[in-house]
Amino acid sequence: MVDGLDWKLWGIVLLCGITTYVWRALAVVIGGRVSPESESFKLFSCIAYAMLAGLISRMVILPEGLLAEAPLSYRLIGIGAAVAVFFGLKRNLAGGVFAGVTVFALLIVFADTPV
Amino acid sequence: MSPTNGKSSGPIAQGMIDATGMPALVLFASMVGYGSMAREAGLTLWTAVASTGLTWGLPGQIAMIELYALGAPVIAIVAASSAANARFLPMVLSVMPLLNEALPKKRWRYAAAQFMSLNPWAALMRRGPNMIPADRPPYYAGFAGICVSAALLGTGAGFVLAGALSRDVTLTLVFLNPVFFTLVFADARGRAAILAVLAGIVAGPLFHLLSPDWGLLLTGAVAGTGVYLADRALRGRHG
Repeated sequence: MVDGLDWKLWGIVLLCGITTYVWRALAVVIGGRVSPESESFKLFSCIAYAMLAGLISRMVILPEGLLAEAPLSYRLIGIGAAVAVFFGLKRNLAGGVFAGVTVFALLIVFADTPV
Repeated sequence: MSPTNGKSSGPIAQGMIDATGMPALVLFASMVGYGSMAREAGLTLWTAVASTGLTWGLPGQIAMIELYALGAPVIAIVAASSAANARFLPMVLSVMPLLNEALPKKRWRYAAAQFMSLNPWAALMRRGPNMIPADRPPYYAGFAGICVSAALLGTGAGFVLAGALSRDVTLTLVFLNPVFFTLVFADARGRAAILAVLAGIVAGPLFHLLSPDWGLLLTGAVAGTGVYLADRALRGRHG
């Protein structure tokens, strides 16, 4: 196991962990004195909600990797089914997730597209 | 949960209970997808599991394995992975104020930051403000602990199962993640949070088209700040 390639791989894994941690540590430094009652907290909270909702929306509409192999219509129908069942069942998370994933799975298995 | 005793195991158990179920299940499933992709990309079992524990951010991990599989230079892999995880800056920044008061020792704040991810972030932002400050760190520790366990197990299981799962099954597992988080964000409460989610949904793909590298941070900065200013104006008008 101790060949050159393995060490390179472990180095990459370690460096990716450290460079991601830099973002987290930076946030601890900047946010050290922010109180939950402050206007700054409200601002940071809006920024984070918008950014993370944008991330999920981007994953559905403009996905990278494997998910891009499913057509946009399947992804949107799956999400639509999940949201409809979620609110239809008074905000039932498990029901919504189950509906969305089932509809998506049925579409990729039975609809005639190259997946 | 005992509100008078911060050392009570109550909030830890509550965090573990809240994480067990949908969050842990969805996380496990999406990490099965990652583990299987990591094997196809040429990682070993232990480097795949270690990347989940050390990086603890799926977009950066996927950027890492995709570029590694292409034989990209180390510096390019690390830069792309780190850029894909830049979201942790605003994420941790927004949630730390809830933890700071009960964590006067800085080292605990730095430890807490390592385990932040979408699931415990959403749980803390939703439930944290209604807890007494001393209950928030143990609640978070219990919640994040279950998430880390589920993700490590999922990565290992996915690595072992790679090839055994059909393309359709893997694709469905990968889709589970955006479906679940769409509903987590659909469940946002409070005017500012709901407006920020709606603005982000529209702005996310648009800014991504503008700049794939900076689109996500721009979405937060532009849509988030815009919503904050709008919400503050509305608060001023209606008291």
